[in-house]
Amino acid sequence: MTKSRRRHPLHIGRIFTYLLLIGGALISIMPFVYMVMSALKSYGSIIANSFWPWPPFGNEPLQWSNFGQAINDIGFDQQWGIPLFWRYLLNSLIVSGTTVVGSVLISVMAAYAFALMDIPGKNVIFLLFLATLMIPGDLTLVPKVVMMFRLGWYNTYQALIIPWLVSVFGVFLLRQFFMQVPRDLYDAAQLDGAGHLRYLFSIVVPVSRPAIITVALLNFIWSWDNFRWPLLVTRDSNMRVLAVGLQQFMAGEGGTQTHLMMAFASLVVIPVLVFYFFTQKYFTEGITRTGIKG
Amino acid sequence: MCMMAIKVGLARASASLQAYRQLPPVRRKRRLHTIALGYALMAPAVILLLVFEFYPLFSGLWISLTNWRLTRGDFIGLANYTRAFSDPGMWHSLGITFTYSLISVPLQLVLALLLAYLLFQQIKGTQFFRVLYFMPYVTSTVASAAVWAYIFSPDIGLLNRLLEGIGLSGQRWLGESRGILELAFGSLGVQLPGWLAGPSLAMVSLIIYTTWVFVGYDAVLFLSGLSNIPNELYDAAKVDGASGWQLFRYITFPLLSPTTFFVVLITVIGTFKAFNHIYIMTKGGPGDATTTASIYIFNQMVVYNRYGYSAALSFIMFFVILGLTIVQNNVAGKRVVYD
Repeated sequence: MTKSRRRHPLHIGRIFTYLLLIGGALISIMPFVYMVMSALKSYGSIIANSFWPWPPFGNEPLQWSNFGQAINDIGFDQQWGIPLFWRYLLNSLIVSGTTVVGSVLISVMAAYAFALMDIPGKNVIFLLFLATLMIPGDLTLVPKVVMMFRLGWYNTYQALIIPWLVSVFGVFLLRQFFMQVPRDLYDAAQLDGAGHLRYLFSIVVPVSRPAIITVALLNFIWSWDNFRWPLLVTRDSNMRVLAVGLQQFMAGEGGTQTHLMMAFASLVVIPVLVFYFFTQKYFTEGITRTGIKG
Repeated sequence: MCMMAIKVGLARASASLQAYRQLPPVRRKRRLHTIALGYALMAPAVILLLVFEFYPLFSGLWISLTNWRLTRGDFIGLANYTRAFSDPGMWHSLGITFTYSLISVPLQLVLALLLAYLLFQQIKGTQFFRVLYFMPYVTSTVASAAVWAYIFSPDIGLLNRLLEGIGLSGQRWLGESRGILELAFGSLGVQLPGWLAGPSLAMVSLIIYTTWVFVGYDAVLFLSGLSNIPNELYDAAKVDGASGWQLFRYITFPLLSPTTFFVVLITVIGTFKAFNHIYIMTKGGPGDATTTASIYIFNQMVVYNRYGYSAALSFIMFFVILGLTIVQNNVAGKRVVYD
C-alpha cells in the first residue's frame, strides 16, 4: 500500500464498503463451507435437502464416517494393495511434486542464464520462449497424445510428468525478478571468488524467494488441477490422479451418493488449501512485485 | 519481426565474436567456460520446449493433413479443413465460445475492479480479504466444479432451495438449454422470438461459476495496479476541486489501463481455453448448449477418435482466436496509456 493512512471517520460509506467486502468474502468461501457441511450429512439429509440436520436444529450426528466410506467405496488398487483413493493421492503427489521441483529447478537455471549471463544468442532463444506463450494447449493436444503413444509412455508416470517440466511462465517471471537483483551483489561475490553457479544458488535464489515460491505454488496448483491431460494419457485406474479419480467417481457412483462425493471433494481440496495458507504471504508479494505492474 | 530479431541477433553475435578475439588467452578460456555454462543452464528448458511445444506444432500440422484415427493415417491434403468449414458443429461451438467470452469477460472485469477499488480504501484486513478472494482460484477446478454442480442441482441443490424459500420457482440450471430471456418472459406469459431467447441458462450457470473462480484473482491484479498510481496525482486533483468520479475518470482509469489491458488479455485467453469445469459440469450439454470450441475438439478426438480432424479444427480455431486477439490489441492498445 503506497497510499498514506489518513484518519477516517466511521461513516455510512465505510460501513457499506465493509458490508460489500464481507459479502464478497462469504460468496468466495460459501461453496467450500457447503462442501464440508454436505460431506458431514447422511444420505437421507442430502435427499431431503436439509440445510442443518445437526443439533440444535436436528438430531443427526456429524457423519465423519462418510470420509472413510468415500475412501473405501472408490475401489481397491490390487497393484499396491491399498484403497484406490490413496493410490490417486500418491499419484497426484508424485506427479505434482516431481513437476514442481523439476520445473522450478529448470526455470531457475534457464532464467539465470537469460537474466544475468552474457551469452551470445540468448535473446533469440528467449524470443523462442515467448513465442510458445502464443501456442495454446489446445493446438498441441492431439500431436502430444500421439507422441505419448509413440514413445510408449501411454499410461505411465513419464507421460504425466515430463511434458510439464518446462514452465515458460516460470522462466519468464524468474527472469524478470533476477534482473532486479543489484549488480553489486555479483561483483562482491566475484571478489570472494564465487563463480556463476555459487552466486546463483547462494545469493540469487535466496533473495528471490517470493518469486520462486510464487512459481512453485502456481505450478503446483496447475499440476494438481490438471485434468484433461491425465484423462487422455492414462487408462488404468491405478494411474489416475485425484482430479481424474474425482471426476470418474462423480460420473459413476458419486453422481447419486452426493454426501460421499462431497467428502471426496473435500479430501482433494484440503491439501491445496493447506499449501496455499502456508505460502500465501510470499505468493501475494510475488504476484505484486513481478512483471504484473501498472 | 522475426527477421529483425535474427538480424539483431547476428549483429550481436559477430560483435561478441569481435570482443572475444580481443581478449587475452587466459580470459578467453574463462569466457568460453562461461558461455558453455550458460548454454548448459538453458539446455534442459530449451530441449523440453523444442520437444513438447515446437515439434508438436509441426507434427500436429502434419496430422491435420491426414485421416489419422487411432493409428497413423493417409495423407488427404486439405480435406479435413474443407470439411471443417462446412461443419455446422464447428461454427456452433465457436459461437458458444464467443458467447461465453463476451458475457463473462466484462462481468468479471467490472466486479473485479469494484472489488479492488473497495479493497484499496485503506480498510483494515486487506490481506485477510485477499487471501479469501483468492481461494476459488487456488482450489482445484474439478473439486469446486463438483461442488457447484451440486449447488446447481435441480432437486437437492442449494440455489433452488433459496429460490423456493423466497417463493420463486426452481430452475434446471446446468440442465436448461432454453435462453434466460425466454425463461424470464415465459414466466410472465410472453412468448419471445427465437433470436431473442438469450444465452441458455446452462451457459449462464457456467458463467456464474467462472466469475466466482476468477474475480478474486483479477481483483488482486487490479489492486497491484491501483497501488502503483502515485498518490500525489490524487492530491493535486483534489486541490483543484475534482469530484470522486472525476478522480476515477481522469486519473485512475487512464493510469490503470496497462493493468486493465493485461487483465483483459488473460481473461479472454482464459475463456477461450476453458475446459475442465465445462466438461465436469455439463460435458457440453444439454444437447450442444454449452459445447465450446475446446469441448468440441476434445469430443472429436476422444469420442470419435478423429485425430486428424481434431487437429485441423484446433488450427482453424487458433487462427480465428488469434485474429480476434490482434483486433482486440489494435483497438484496445491505442487506448492504453503508458507512463
